[in-house]
Amino acid sequence: MSILVDKSTKLLVQGITGREGLFHTARMIEYGTNVVAGVTPQKGGEWVMGGKVPVFDTVKSAVEATGANTSLIFVPSRFSADAILEAADAGIPLIVCITEGIPIQDMMKVRRYLDQMGVRLVGPNCPGLLSPGTAKVGIIPGDIAIAGNVGVVSRSGTLTYEVLHALKQNEMGVSTCVGIGGDPINGTSFVDTLELFEADPHTEKVVLIGEIGGTDEEQAAEYIRDHMTKQVVAFIAGKTAPPGKRMGHAGAIVEGGEGTAEEKIKALAAAGVMTADRPEEIPGLLQ
Amino acid sequence: MKLHEYQSKQLFAEHGIPIPHGQMTMNASEAKSIAEELGGRVVVKSQVLVGGRGKAGGIRLANTPDEAEESATQILGMKIKDLPVRKVLIDEAVDIETEIYLGITNDRARRCPVMIASAEGGVEIEEVAKTNPDKIVRVWIDPLLGLQDYQARYLAASTEMPSEHWREFMSITKGLYQTFIQTDATLAEINPLVITADKDLMALDGKMVLDDNGLFRHPELAEMRDLDEEAAEEREARKYGSSYVKLDGEIGCMVNGAGLAMATMDVINLYGGSPANFLDIGGGASAEKVAAAIQIIIRDPNVKAVLFNIFGGITRGDEVARGILAALKKTPSKLPMVVRLVGTNAEEGRHLLADADMETAVSLADAAKKAIAAAGAVEGS
Repeated sequence: MSILVDKSTKLLVQGITGREGLFHTARMIEYGTNVVAGVTPQKGGEWVMGGKVPVFDTVKSAVEATGANTSLIFVPSRFSADAILEAADAGIPLIVCITEGIPIQDMMKVRRYLDQMGVRLVGPNCPGLLSPGTAKVGIIPGDIAIAGNVGVVSRSGTLTYEVLHALKQNEMGVSTCVGIGGDPINGTSFVDTLELFEADPHTEKVVLIGEIGGTDEEQAAEYIRDHMTKQVVAFIAGKTAPPGKRMGHAGAIVEGGEGTAEEKIKALAAAGVMTADRPEEIPGLLQ
Repeated sequence: MKLHEYQSKQLFAEHGIPIPHGQMTMNASEAKSIAEELGGRVVVKSQVLVGGRGKAGGIRLANTPDEAEESATQILGMKIKDLPVRKVLIDEAVDIETEIYLGITNDRARRCPVMIASAEGGVEIEEVAKTNPDKIVRVWIDPLLGLQDYQARYLAASTEMPSEHWREFMSITKGLYQTFIQTDATLAEINPLVITADKDLMALDGKMVLDDNGLFRHPELAEMRDLDEEAAEEREARKYGSSYVKLDGEIGCMVNGAGLAMATMDVINLYGGSPANFLDIGGGASAEKVAAAIQIIIRDPNVKAVLFNIFGGITRGDEVARGILAALKKTPSKLPMVVRLVGTNAEEGRHLLADADMETAVSLADAAKKAIAAAGAVEGS
């Protein structure tokens, strides 16, 4: 029914005792996600969520005690790189980092190390993952999507919710929604996610939500042209964004003429991908 | 965050890169005494955070201290691309034999730093990339290994400089790489790197951009920020956890989320309107935060209508509605306002706003059309 997260997910939350960590862990448990542990240094031995979730000092001890196979990170940006590396070294194969504002040089090192370890990172600066009806790993509101066969992948947060909401209003369900995040250097890319959707028997079509900056959408267009059998439709935000200005997300900037919405839409069109003029049109483009 | 030439070159010097003797000043008579100390023949260089200083007349050679004072007086009274010149750098004049380009930045697609060199120094590298791409050489640096000797040697050998300069050039590439890494930079550029008539290598001009997200590690660099770099509104928005970019249209926007904020601008444009700004208020919607955002939007005299587009997820629609109403009580405005609320508790929110006689909308298209119509009505009145 989904990619990356499902009923077999045993989730560990790094930074679980912080305000965000506590709030979203409660939402994830309500949704039915199996949260097995939390990590906050110097709070090992405590319990949260009404005594249901144990807190550990280190990821290693949490994994040994609970068999956690996915980690979700809420720690502040200056400690995030360390948190990601700690999870990778403890043998966690899937790490989802919500935190915004991690220095780009930290992310380049982290990404290179994770590639060598064969560990997957989703994010940072992302809303996480939602497999409707099955598991929620992150901060996407659970009630805005229903289960179904549309895969959604996006660099954005609320714009993704907008599209999920439009799909739900048209009674279209989602297999998994993957927020890959708005940073210039991230873990999982559009292409990585498209590969997973292409291989997933329960995903029949895909919505790609991109924005200005970088060339991730252009690479996705090449992959779609050469390898995708499933229908992909897109929305690209930032047609009216001025060059040289960072539009909220660290990665949303047109630099040296590269990363414009026009170029991305052109590349996608050349790969047979229809791009909606506004997010509300997306359900109508899905056949 | 952008650094001035004089700040960039100071950082280069701290990492062993030779730079000309010189000093920054904000007044012309001091320019004269600096020129005297430097031996008379100097270059007076405006320090503004935009390109094209030379073409604008912001860089002048002075043969005597009196000339230096005169040039400084003129340059300190200039505006370059709308930015007032507040500082000049007085550098000793150097006799140039060869000009080289050397820079380092991040390659997003390859996820690592890339060092770039060119024998065509002294002109913008983007220009060389267009007109003479064969003259540009690049080496990609493994972020875990750092710059290697063979890579620096490759750059030296590829820029047509005599091999007697390679050792010095390689030491400069190492210095530039260290400057870049140790300041969390996203760009560090020496252009031109010159070989002087005395056969010395020297960074004649420098430019650096730092990663704002890395500044917590460098409080001393954060203090170098030039307040002219960004508009006062952008700075103020940041203080409230929002992100604002001014545009030149007439429909002010307040949106939660960067992607949705860009999409909102695009949809306004799609229906023939023009957005006045990008504004992402981020998470939460306290009256204080909304009020600050509204104040920033309506301070722009071009704004004729305001569009709020809020997707209630974790932030509930009724909370947002209350925030907007409380903010408007604090900051009354006669401008027409259209509010689109969707998601969690959106209907309750819309009721609250409708009771207060605010125009509401359900779809983004509808909201954009209503805001455009309202702006037109203001224009016609």
